[in-house]
Amino acid sequence: MRNLVWTTAAAILLLFMAGCENGNQANDNQAAASAARAGSNTAAAAQPADFGPPQGEPIIHELKPPPYVPPPVNRDHPAKVVIDLEVRELDMEISEGVTYTFWTFGGTVPGPMMRIRQGDTVEFHLKNHPDSKMPHNIDLHAVTGPGGGASSTFTAPGRHSSFTFKALNPGLYVYHCATAPVGMHVANGMYGLILVEPPEGLPEVDREFYVMQGDFYTVGKYREKGHQPFDMQKAIEENATYVVFNGSENALIGENALQARVGERVRLYVGNGGPNLVSSFHLIGEIFDRVYLQGGTSFIENIQTTLIPAGGAAITDFRLEVPGTLVMVDHSIFRAFNKGALGMLEVQGEPDNTLFTGKEIDADYLGDKAPSQLRSTAISETTQALSKGEVTLEQKINAGKILYTGTCSVCHQNNGEGLEGVFPPLAGADFLMEDKMRAIDIVINGLSGPVTVNGVQYNSVMPPMSQLNDDEIAHILTFVMNSWGNEGEMVTVEEVRKVREETKDRRPSGAAH
Amino acid sequence: MIRVEDFLLDRIPVSNEAFLAFVTRNPEWRRGMAKKLLVGEHYLEHWKGPLTLGDESLREQPVTNVSWFAARAYCESRGGRLPSWHEWEYAAAAGRDEFDARHRPEWRQRILDWYAQTGGKPLRKVGAMPPDVRGIHDLHGLIWEWVEDYNALMISGDNREQGGADEVMFCGAGAASMKDREHYAVLMRVAMLSSLKAGEGTRNLGFRCAYDPQGE
Repeated sequence: MRNLVWTTAAAILLLFMAGCENGNQANDNQAAASAARAGSNTAAAAQPADFGPPQGEPIIHELKPPPYVPPPVNRDHPAKVVIDLEVRELDMEISEGVTYTFWTFGGTVPGPMMRIRQGDTVEFHLKNHPDSKMPHNIDLHAVTGPGGGASSTFTAPGRHSSFTFKALNPGLYVYHCATAPVGMHVANGMYGLILVEPPEGLPEVDREFYVMQGDFYTVGKYREKGHQPFDMQKAIEENATYVVFNGSENALIGENALQARVGERVRLYVGNGGPNLVSSFHLIGEIFDRVYLQGGTSFIENIQTTLIPAGGAAITDFRLEVPGTLVMVDHSIFRAFNKGALGMLEVQGEPDNTLFTGKEIDADYLGDKAPSQLRSTAISETTQALSKGEVTLEQKINAGKILYTGTCSVCHQNNGEGLEGVFPPLAGADFLMEDKMRAIDIVINGLSGPVTVNGVQYNSVMPPMSQLNDDEIAHILTFVMNSWGNEGEMVTVEEVRKVREETKDRRPSGAAH
Repeated sequence: MIRVEDFLLDRIPVSNEAFLAFVTRNPEWRRGMAKKLLVGEHYLEHWKGPLTLGDESLREQPVTNVSWFAARAYCESRGGRLPSWHEWEYAAAAGRDEFDARHRPEWRQRILDWYAQTGGKPLRKVGAMPPDVRGIHDLHGLIWEWVEDYNALMISGDNREQGGADEVMFCGAGAASMKDREHYAVLMRVAMLSSLKAGEGTRNLGFRCAYDPQGE
């Protein structure tokens, strides 16, 4: 295996060099063409450089979880920087009601972003928590030296290693675990970014954020509830179950959305941990004024979508001109809508109709997303209470409200009033309230054809909500039948189960449940 | 191919209770008395006292936080030794119904599932799970285990480096050829063992003893 890996690495290196040689010739290789153009846009003549010995007292680098970006270095001399990073193996949510055992740097996926100056000497400490099952290490792509620090930091559970390196090249670099089997350590979330600023720093902006894409491979299918183990076979086949930003489907959604204002200049430091997939990174409704290709020194301008290789990064700069929600996606687009690669940047401010008018287009992307923290807490509390047999009406309503927002509100609206003539109302709806079992039936099996609600006829199609389990349907209907002036009773799991059983002949075989 | 000679192996990992009996008889291996060089800073730290178990170390749980030196001393006191890596892997290849279950996806998945659980939770009692075909318990799914020649598995901390460090894994063909994906589980075990130092244990690392056959 050793020889095989080495041979592959050498082959990649050769290809890369060949690409550079051809870069200035006209050819249809887009990447090479971009690189050639970028040559003229290099901000400064950036070269690897040693600025002499570190000066002043050592600086302890404060690390915080993503999407936090450390402040600009703002220093006119190289220093000694001490970085202390702890490895934790943790069960965390990857999606609503789905947990996964992440192996993390610093307890988050990605690990905290680091920011130093070219020429800094970094004293790097890696601590592996005593509860860890696995040994770990770190390979920082910002390191010039064998393994990027990997063998120097190979650390058993309950141990601590350190090594020192000088950051010779500026750029935005990935760091990751390189312990065997490397793919699995990376697939479990062991990556992050380290920014090495050129001496003059980067151009000033108003806001900076840190986002990192990763692909995940679970035994259960996408959004299958419960704890999901890693699936080696899917990983080898590069058949990702999830593709997400910052380690969870909900990391940058709803309450966790990034926030900025019209008129601000924004910079995203975007990494791709992989392990397998290359990202087609795109921000819906925005054009990147500038993209520092691959996180390097050269930039290109006016970019819609930028490729970010696994184990690579990009810096994107843009100015916000209009308010609304900008949605970041991997524009390899099924990943966005079927694997979770969605994030949001909410822009507050005054609209400018000379720049953009018309209705918001982000409603579809919001589809089944709701504030994640709130959502998961209420639902899991209710699930726990249910298992103890002591769920209250209030708990069910709270859980149901969140599920409603994610599942039903797109059509029936958040206020339950529907859209007249298109989607029937639920608030004060006679059709809903007169037959509880029929309401359950409709959620499970859908409804098409004419119905009359509060004297108005509707004739459209509601698909079966087959992705919802019995608990979830009970919560949603309890919420719906006790909200917006509706006064009904609790809908129980047993009732939902009963209707599902009684109506099973009406569902095609192969349909969920 | 490696030929593994006949050997005997403990059915269960060494428990706290068994190790307590050992340190009671052998004061030089008690916490606080054993040489730091041989046992490290965290030797038996989850025990309430040098000769007292406690809530964190129940009698029937496997003993952990033991160094390689201490594990060897224990096995010697029992007339045995630590198993070699080849012996351990040979035994660990077994499934519930067959001597070599490594081709079975569910066998591999069981190991990977254990890897996928976070540590820090109380360990199960030894022997609590069904035995394999030979009647041996807990080779997978409970703890890591020391082997006599773990140090020969010294793969580099960075397994992508070139060089001969992986050779033992190739040579250990009785257990593993790393070309096959099935052996990711083995590779992880090797990575774990090779990150260790003889004078240090971890919270998830214990051991069992092996013996040479007598007479005949």
